[in-house]
Amino acid sequence: MATTPAAPESARTTGPVTDADGPPPSAPSGRARSAWERLPVVARTAIFALAFAVIGILIANGISRYRDFQLAEIAAYLVAVAGLTVLTGLNGQISLGHGALMAVGAYCAAVLLLHAHLPLVVVLLLSALAGGVAGVLVGAVAARLRGPYLAGATLALAVGLPEIPKNYKYFGRDEGLTINPPLPPGWLGTNAPIERWGAYICIIGAAVTLFLLANLSRGRVGRNFRAVRDDEIAASLAGISVPRTQILAFTVSAACAGLAGGLLALVTPTVGPGGFSLALSIQLLVAIVIGGMGNLPGAVLGSIVLVYLPSWATSISNGVGLSKQIGANLALAIFGGMLIVVMLAFPGGIAAAVRRTWWALTSRRRPATTIPAGP
Amino acid sequence: MHAFVNYTLDGLSVGMVYAAVALSLVLIWRSTRILNFAGGAMAMLTTYIGLSLIDRGANYWVAFFGALIAGLVLGAVVERVFVRPVENKPPINAVIVTLGLFTLIEALAGMIWGNSKSRSFPAHFSGNGYRVGTTRVAFAPFDTFIVVAVALTMVALLGLFQYTSLGLKMRAAAFEPVVARLQGIRVSRMLTLGWALAAAAGSLAGVLVAPRILPLSPNYMDDVLVYGFSAAVLGGLDSPVGALIGGLVLGLTREYVGGYVSSTYEIEGALVLLIAVLMVRPQGLFNRIAPRRV
Repeated sequence: MATTPAAPESARTTGPVTDADGPPPSAPSGRARSAWERLPVVARTAIFALAFAVIGILIANGISRYRDFQLAEIAAYLVAVAGLTVLTGLNGQISLGHGALMAVGAYCAAVLLLHAHLPLVVVLLLSALAGGVAGVLVGAVAARLRGPYLAGATLALAVGLPEIPKNYKYFGRDEGLTINPPLPPGWLGTNAPIERWGAYICIIGAAVTLFLLANLSRGRVGRNFRAVRDDEIAASLAGISVPRTQILAFTVSAACAGLAGGLLALVTPTVGPGGFSLALSIQLLVAIVIGGMGNLPGAVLGSIVLVYLPSWATSISNGVGLSKQIGANLALAIFGGMLIVVMLAFPGGIAAAVRRTWWALTSRRRPATTIPAGP
Repeated sequence: MHAFVNYTLDGLSVGMVYAAVALSLVLIWRSTRILNFAGGAMAMLTTYIGLSLIDRGANYWVAFFGALIAGLVLGAVVERVFVRPVENKPPINAVIVTLGLFTLIEALAGMIWGNSKSRSFPAHFSGNGYRVGTTRVAFAPFDTFIVVAVALTMVALLGLFQYTSLGLKMRAAAFEPVVARLQGIRVSRMLTLGWALAAAAGSLAGVLVAPRILPLSPNYMDDVLVYGFSAAVLGGLDSPVGALIGGLVLGLTREYVGGYVSSTYEIEGALVLLIAVLMVRPQGLFNRIAPRRV
């Protein structure tokens, strides 16, 4: 009794209210649980991740080289978006610096590939580690700051960090570093395009990340993240160390950003200061807002929009015959407009709005109160 | 010694611009507890409006006051249309909406005026330094104009808040909205007015800093906003005097780092200062509100 936080949960919520706050109301309590629901979380998420990887690889095999490249980009961004959505949605911390943290991972991967002969897996793990170390440092500052202060401090990171490599010849100054993308192994076929191998690597990386994050968010750590987000005082009364939890969340999220940067370095394959601007950080934020904060399946949707929207905008402006000046800014305008519209109209994300409509249409039995409301 | 004097004078003039940006952020923070990430973009938009007036043959003063009036209107519109719906929501919602505005406004300005045209904003006063004895110092009539304009704005706002009944109403609406409403103050109008004044202060910074930036592009206020934000945080986000001092500290730091270390490290110097202050005093230097304890 004494350890239970007395505050009514909904009234005290300070973070964003998301759809990932608990298991979706999938099983009415009266019915016996199906075989699927009796599986442990690890097995269920593993099956999902495996299915994700298999579907991704099947798609990669059936499309052109350019589409493979786009698929690889989507998977790489998905890693960063998934990390950010856990940080913002589950732990209530906002970061505008994830573009800069991706730069840390990307430069780390590029330097390792240029100067050391390490297996690809090691390079990627080290870029995740580099992102994580940067995340500990930022997280230590971040844990002392509340929402808007934190956003401002990470904004400074996003603007300042990409300036640093410009000053060093080692990092290629303004031009950046160019690496040789990894060659496809023999078993992929003799004339497999290099982009397809890149897509394979990124898809597997994304599947592993999603698997780890899904387990993390459903376990004790994820519960602590949410407890700290909803009520710091209640969480600390329940024995959770608030700063440690926040730093952990930031570190996990930053490691994802580092890995994403490393993956992106493999496929693009130039790593330069221009690729990790403030605009990238804001686009990552757009992706999590579209997908619904804290929602991992939504992160997939967000990443697809993130990669495809600029090319859609270009084809729209070419199709309608807009001037070059307007076409060049159209994608950015849509990103900005989407942030505003989604936040004002569907605060739970577009994915949640669609799902809510789906629930409403498919099941009449379920009482309306179990459907989570947006903030 | 000569170099030191020049860096200091440069820092003062740059610092006053940061102070104006910080003041704009502080006014909005005080009235609505929102950090306006669109502040820089809004100032940029009004500066481009001023520039368009000059292109159509208006003189500098018409453009100058035109930009400030555009700032007043833009601030009020933004508060009413975009910010009002998220005012009592979790803070992240407001952060995301203002970031969306920031992105949208920059994109719209790029559509209207182009991203890389070599345009510049004229300076009405000379940019050549005053002559002291035989040497020129790095302080020009235009720098005097910057310092005087920002100082006058600050004094005017301070007078408004401290000595007029309108200012008293605005402070009441910001600090105790419920009580203020019971006293018959129209709180929502006061908040709109607060945003309008804040946006005008931001426009002032935008117009004053624009002649230094060649070529002018729609994202020219991005790093000015970062400096202004840092200045506001140094000052504690709640205090207009803190904004002034924070701005000057940031401006001086930037010029000293740029002068004595390397001009490529200017922004890093500001960031290190910001992080150091946040580590030691997360509530800022001039904030009496208890910090968050963790």
